[in-house]
Amino acid sequence: MTGSRKLLIFGGMALAAFGMLYGLQYALFVEHQTLDHMGGSLAQSFSEAANRNLGQSQTALEQYGETKYDYVRQVDAHSHWIGLAMLMIVLGVIFERVNFSEGIRQVVAFSLLAGSALFPLAVILQTYHHGAAVLKALAVVGSSLVIAALAAAAWGFARPARPLK
Amino acid sequence: MSARRLYIFGGIALIAAGLLFGDIFAVFMLHQNAARQGEALVAASRAVAAGNAAAVNEVFSHLGNVLEDRGTKVDAHVHMIDAGFLALLLALVQPYIALSRQTKKSLATLFIAGGVLLPVGIFLIHYVGLTGSPFAAIGWASVLADSAGALLVVVLIVQAWGFWRYLRSRQLSEPELPGFERPNEDSMPRRALLTGGTILVLLGFLHGAYYAGTLLYEHERMEIAILQGLINAATTGNLDAATTEVNNFGGLAGARAVNIAAHSHIIEFGLLAMLLSFVQPFVFLSEKWKRRWVKLLLGGSVILPVFVLLELKFGLLAGGIADIGGLMVIVGLVGMLVGILRYTGGLDAAERGVTEGAR
Repeated sequence: MTGSRKLLIFGGMALAAFGMLYGLQYALFVEHQTLDHMGGSLAQSFSEAANRNLGQSQTALEQYGETKYDYVRQVDAHSHWIGLAMLMIVLGVIFERVNFSEGIRQVVAFSLLAGSALFPLAVILQTYHHGAAVLKALAVVGSSLVIAALAAAAWGFARPARPLK
Repeated sequence: MSARRLYIFGGIALIAAGLLFGDIFAVFMLHQNAARQGEALVAASRAVAAGNAAAVNEVFSHLGNVLEDRGTKVDAHVHMIDAGFLALLLALVQPYIALSRQTKKSLATLFIAGGVLLPVGIFLIHYVGLTGSPFAAIGWASVLADSAGALLVVVLIVQAWGFWRYLRSRQLSEPELPGFERPNEDSMPRRALLTGGTILVLLGFLHGAYYAGTLLYEHERMEIAILQGLINAATTGNLDAATTEVNNFGGLAGARAVNIAAHSHIIEFGLLAMLLSFVQPFVFLSEKWKRRWVKLLLGGSVILPVFVLLELKFGLLAGGIADIGGLMVIVGLVGMLVGILRYTGGLDAAERGVTEGAR
């Protein structure tokens, strides 16, 4: 088995297990509380408005927005880690069909692994620093690595196989 | 049945069941649930206008129930399909898992059991609630779902350990899946599934990047602005404006939902097509029928996400066509599953014949 295939299969399995463990701990210790907080903030916002406490209503609405911002990104990171890991394993099985030299294949495989780990990580880190430009840029870099690697793999699949020496 | 065949059969069955559940949910529950959310928000705005905080809390308790109903069904659909994907993946890597045949078979049985129990547990969360639970926020259905999720993680960790053992010994534990190297294996169905699948995944990534870059943050800002407008209209007693804001909220929720659904479905179907390209040698059907199922599956894989996106412009007509696309994928998948059943049936009969001959 070539180095690029090992990188994709082993990296993919490790990333899938990590993504699942992350999802499991989130579901056990954070998700229910977050959903309660999110629903509670929105209800409180309307409730305060009914009592004509408009300042508190707005504060509660902002809390709802912030909690939902975090929740969406936590769930997105969990699902993207696992989804990208599955793609890596699939590509790992057929990576010999990518008609490039092993050196280029290793670069493509590494880009896919790095992008698949980095993109969801940058998304999660945004929950600690809302709207941080550096983290948005990291997410863009991570997703660009994944897209470029997949485009390269598709190109490699489409290229005719070199004749055997 | 070997571990690999258990994963292939169980994986395709889980994916087909998950897709069918998703189609039933989309046709009979999704739009009705959205309408109930809108009704609840209108009721909340009326309660705010009347200055009735107790009624507001009652409405939001009901709204939470409506959202939980929708959320658990979407999660059950997604997790059942993802467990199926993972099962197919594990079928592919079985030759590289250096564990005994019996251990691998037991792991496959545990994985399929976990893959069934996880979505079942999630589905039951809404109906079981906190009945008889000793925990403050987690009910028995959540415990079932979390335990099944933990089971999947454990199986995956053991598989990774088996792969590590393979890397050290370099000995395949069973023959590799028939590859693309032999010309007779590089058939049209396999190539079409692999190429089509890669293109679908790439299109999904590009759409996701476009959505995240141009719409995600804008939608988040709009949601808060609409809710603020709704509250302001209600407190000033402008009920018509409040109703307009509720409609805007529904429109925004719809725009988000179709973009996310199109993004996730096109990638899922692309990955499915790529995975199915590997199991084609196990589909015991004539080449003509294999091609038919592949065309149906790839056609549905394009129709569903495209028409989900078009729902914003053409409404339920596009939604209906998207559902037909989903049905096409299911029929293509079940067609292949029948071919795999015929293959495994033939293998089992042959194995029995060998055993009886040895006696």
